[in-house]
Amino acid sequence: MNLFTIAWKSIRQRGLASSLTALSVALGVMLMVVVLVISGALRAVFSQNTIAYDLIVGPKGSGLQLVLSAVYRVQPAIENLPYLYYLELKEDRRVVSAVPMAFGDVTEQGSFPLVGTTPEYFENEYAPGSTFRIRGKRINANFDAIIGAEVARSNGWDIGSQFKIVHGGADGTHIHDEQFTVVSVLQQTGTPNDRTVFVNIEGFYAIEGHETPLNEVEERLKKFYASSSDRLKIALDQIAEARALDEAESASGHGGHHHHHATPDAAKEVTAILIRTRPKSPFDAINLSSDLQQGYQAMAVNPIVPIRKLMTDVLGNVQQGLLVLTVMIILVSGISIFVSIYTSMTDRRREIGIMRALGARRGSVFGIVLAESVVLCVGGGLLGWLSGHGIAVIASPFVTAETGLLLDPWVVYWMKFTVFNFEIELPVESVLFPMLLALATLVGFLPAMTAYRTDVADALSS
Amino acid sequence: MSLLLQSVRKNYQEPDGTPLPVLAIEEYELVQGEQAALIGSSGCGKTTLLNVISGILTPDSGQVTVSGTDITQLPEVVRDRFRAERIGFVFQTFNLLPGFTALENVLLGMTFSRNRSDRAFAKSLLERVGLKDRQDHRPGRLSVGEQQRVSVARSLANRPALLLADEPTANVDPANQDMILSLIRETCSENKVTLLMVTHAAEVAQKFDRVDRLQDFNRPEPASREVVL
Repeated sequence: MNLFTIAWKSIRQRGLASSLTALSVALGVMLMVVVLVISGALRAVFSQNTIAYDLIVGPKGSGLQLVLSAVYRVQPAIENLPYLYYLELKEDRRVVSAVPMAFGDVTEQGSFPLVGTTPEYFENEYAPGSTFRIRGKRINANFDAIIGAEVARSNGWDIGSQFKIVHGGADGTHIHDEQFTVVSVLQQTGTPNDRTVFVNIEGFYAIEGHETPLNEVEERLKKFYASSSDRLKIALDQIAEARALDEAESASGHGGHHHHHATPDAAKEVTAILIRTRPKSPFDAINLSSDLQQGYQAMAVNPIVPIRKLMTDVLGNVQQGLLVLTVMIILVSGISIFVSIYTSMTDRRREIGIMRALGARRGSVFGIVLAESVVLCVGGGLLGWLSGHGIAVIASPFVTAETGLLLDPWVVYWMKFTVFNFEIELPVESVLFPMLLALATLVGFLPAMTAYRTDVADALSS
Repeated sequence: MSLLLQSVRKNYQEPDGTPLPVLAIEEYELVQGEQAALIGSSGCGKTTLLNVISGILTPDSGQVTVSGTDITQLPEVVRDRFRAERIGFVFQTFNLLPGFTALENVLLGMTFSRNRSDRAFAKSLLERVGLKDRQDHRPGRLSVGEQQRVSVARSLANRPALLLADEPTANVDPANQDMILSLIRETCSENKVTLLMVTHAAEVAQKFDRVDRLQDFNRPEPASREVVL
């Protein structure tokens, strides 16, 4: 029989009080693990691993809104850019790949965002080192669609399914007549792509009502190319050509009946452009970004920067707050362990006297009481750690189904610690148990000292 | 010689700080394997004497030699271990730990010595005291007599040289008294353990060949107030 066995027997003897105190530690640790798992998932979503593009180009406005709308598709688009501008960027020698995106509408069922893009989007990596895995065929027709895994799962769609879309904007009630057909399904990526429906950008333009009136386009082009008269002239020429075509159609007797003909490039617009610069030229992105600052009514943002700021400013603080809260819960649990053991010391005075009379040293009875505190703290902590991860394992599929958030139940959350002027980065959970051990020692010390100081003769005669 | 007390003095303190002499023994001796009953009136210092012999209390002066070792010269830690290994204790109130089974209570006696816990020996002790079938029972489920028998088994767990018994039959019904007494005496004889049994019951003391009255060799002088002041 060793000291831990004796301590364990004493804990069992006070079964109810012991289980309640251990449970309170378990609860604190469980909450901490859940906070870490959730913040780990959020961190993964909003980390640089979500997107494999160097720049996102959009109309001037908030960089964060541009990233949230173009990458995460959780915010409405700011405005549009001329399609001609996309073509221009595509030709830039610094650009390896430029992918246009047009969005704003959502599916009628499930309200998943609709994104018009080019096949290049699926040829590029969606995150560093990760390429799309697609089941089905390529988009051929205008109204073919590729759907994300979550869209397929949630709406019960598969290849061949047909659906309609709701026009975006404030009203969001107009349902477009066009019927789209699912031709491929993306495998789960753990990114916002899972919750997106992709269509050919040409199909996006072909949707009735997506065509901007030529007068309006002309105004926007004048504004956009205000400092580049050459480009403005090319664009306006195309508009004039299109207008002439329209007028000719009207004159030839088609009257009010509208004929759908190919939209000229100058009249097309994109919502954002995803840019990949040359891999070995780290300054391309910076140069390109600063070029855009001047001249055009556009901006280019590094998708990581605004998100990192959001992480630090908002999520970081919330996470820190929650962690502090869980640490407080664990501390309070520690105090309850102290109270439980300390109040039991009066009843156990005689037991300690007996053990001392049987030859137990002061150090041994000190050790037994401290061991009780350690068993309750660390045992409760272990229980909490297992249940925290257990909850994460069980909840993970439901959370993914409901929110599209991929929970990693065993995520490792690294934190910087400063020890004697050395900064070291350790997984939070690796310091959890040493901290619980320290807490157990702290709260067990006073009761253990009471045991240590017990007067044997007095205790036996009591 | 198994136990030798020489010039042992032990005073307590009154609440006002006045010394209260409890023990003043010039010499007291028991030889190896001897069994003695120590009688004395209530409050005459019997329990204090046992605590001094076992090293639970240290005398103010004098020597307490157990199996050739003067335990008053040992540091507390060594004295505790000496007590665990060389001295057995049977208490008036049994002092079994309620959360432990009979067998675990016996094993507890072995825990604090340097000897490894010998489960087989612990079981054989319980068998010897007639509790073979009750070893997994906790004290709460044992009769008073059975509890004291567990206590006897525990006191022998480390094969002690000296067994101290403090009124072991005082809380036991008459039917069990004889049985407990015989058990303690027989097991001590079998293992050549020196036995010192404190009792205030004359009928218990009668069963021993050697009966010592504490008042005969313990003569604490009341402190002189003038000296103290």
